[in-house]
Amino acid sequence: MSEELVAASQAGLKTPTVDSGSYIKRFEHLFEGLNKWSQGIPLVLAFFAVWEALPRLGLIDPLFLPAFSTTIKTLFDLTVSGKLLLHVLVSLQRSLIGFGLAVLIAVPLGFLMGWYSRFERYTDLLMQSLRNTSTFALLPIFLLLLGLGEASKIAIIFYGASWQLLMNTITGVKSVDPIYIKAAKSMGVSDRDLFRKIILPASIPSIVVGARMGAKIALMVVIAAEMIGAKTGLGFFIQNAQFNFMIPEMYAGILTLAILGLTINYLLVWFEKKATYWKGEFGSGVIG
Amino acid sequence: MDIIVSKDLKKKFKLKHGQQVNNNGVISNEIEVLDGFDLKIKKGEFLVLVGPSGSGKSVFLDIVGGLSAPTSGVVYLDDKVIEAPSAKTGYVFQQYALFPWRTALSNIEFGLESRGVPPEERVQTARELLAIFGLSDFEDRFPYQLSGGMQQRVAIARALATKPEVLLMDEPFAALDAQTREILQNELIRIWEGTDTTVIFVTHSIDEAVFLADRVAVVTARPGQVKDIIEIDLPRPRDGDVRSSNEFAANRHKVWDALKAEVNKAQQDWKLAPGFAG
Repeated sequence: MSEELVAASQAGLKTPTVDSGSYIKRFEHLFEGLNKWSQGIPLVLAFFAVWEALPRLGLIDPLFLPAFSTTIKTLFDLTVSGKLLLHVLVSLQRSLIGFGLAVLIAVPLGFLMGWYSRFERYTDLLMQSLRNTSTFALLPIFLLLLGLGEASKIAIIFYGASWQLLMNTITGVKSVDPIYIKAAKSMGVSDRDLFRKIILPASIPSIVVGARMGAKIALMVVIAAEMIGAKTGLGFFIQNAQFNFMIPEMYAGILTLAILGLTINYLLVWFEKKATYWKGEFGSGVIG
Repeated sequence: MDIIVSKDLKKKFKLKHGQQVNNNGVISNEIEVLDGFDLKIKKGEFLVLVGPSGSGKSVFLDIVGGLSAPTSGVVYLDDKVIEAPSAKTGYVFQQYALFPWRTALSNIEFGLESRGVPPEERVQTARELLAIFGLSDFEDRFPYQLSGGMQQRVAIARALATKPEVLLMDEPFAALDAQTREILQNELIRIWEGTDTTVIFVTHSIDEAVFLADRVAVVTARPGQVKDIIEIDLPRPRDGDVRSSNEFAANRHKVWDALKAEVNKAQQDWKLAPGFAG
């Protein structure tokens, strides 16, 4: 039709289309990502090298910091024997349940608070007071009220993970561009559809970021909770190893935690990208 | 026959706390945007509103669109008082206002969904409109994958999908570059000339007004009133060439003559009301 259209369609080819079906392009994209990612490897290797060298050169007592190779060997043995896996799974299960509950409760609450300003006025002060009290400081209360079992751990994870989800849902709802609401209303949208088709999708990006942060907090809180009164879980494992002076095991546990955190972060970034595919360029990177 | 009749329309806005405005020497925390805005719009005509910034043109569109209530006065659409968005109107915004989570096709379907049109029929209507705007190959694109001109085409198609009797267009081409703007003006006039839709179009561009309009209504500086209505006596169908004709220049001159004093007045007004920006 017009030159502008042709130019635009050519420009359009360069943008990563969701439904391109071109696997080559996808592969190239992945490769480019890996290439960027791999530039961070040398520094990680250097870190491991220093870790290896410090105890070997006698700069740090190997009793307190076993060499990297020793830690890896211990980690390998623990993995093969299946001892570690149980603890990892238990921790993951706890954080998943706590986080899941947070999503189920904080997101709907966030919608209510974001949409109904009167409801927000009634609830905001209490929410802010609770939110600004350290989750860890409340751990003893949870233990007192709910005992040493699963309930107290899941409750504290739920508590810790909820706030970011709540805040981001409220922000998401409040920052829906009024022009979308105006446009929808001009097309005669019902109140129900206004929520379902405009408010909900428009707040997704903010909620997903909240979910990503909430999930990371869940993982952090689970470890802390397991260090106080637990018989299983990665937090217990690390703590227990320290108490029994099984130092290589302790480091192996910490290393596992680091790998776990990294993996989960990548998964969440991937999920965020999937959930907001319609936004195009994905700016926040993988650092989060 | 008049499809829209506006009678003694008034609209006041309360200013934010601490903001004041000087209305002819009287300090007030209310701003009068429309004051006695009377206008009759004929069925099937292309009416363009021009006027200084802040003269309430967009507010008038919002009232006609049922998105904003007047402080007093009334607007009739087909002899019925407008109180809520009507199925007879479609709205096109300057910022396109496409839903970024929907594809081009699905954006166009939106208004039809609210009216309970079955899916196959919705898709068919949306595809026909995309074809009219030359965007058939882009139906699965999300707004971020479209240029500004293409986005506004989709937005116009979306407003037309429900076959409105009245199309409200609030500076729809203002965010586009000059070339795209002319191309879209040509497309709009070509498509409109094949329909019997009434268009109310707001712009700051006199050239745009003259090129598109049957009549140009010149709105005064705030508070807005219709100061003058200028018939544009250019033949139809119009194409881009008419822009370089002598008749075009003569019409342009007429509109500018009516507008000039109001623009100057508005500039003075802004000096008095530095806190108000919209």
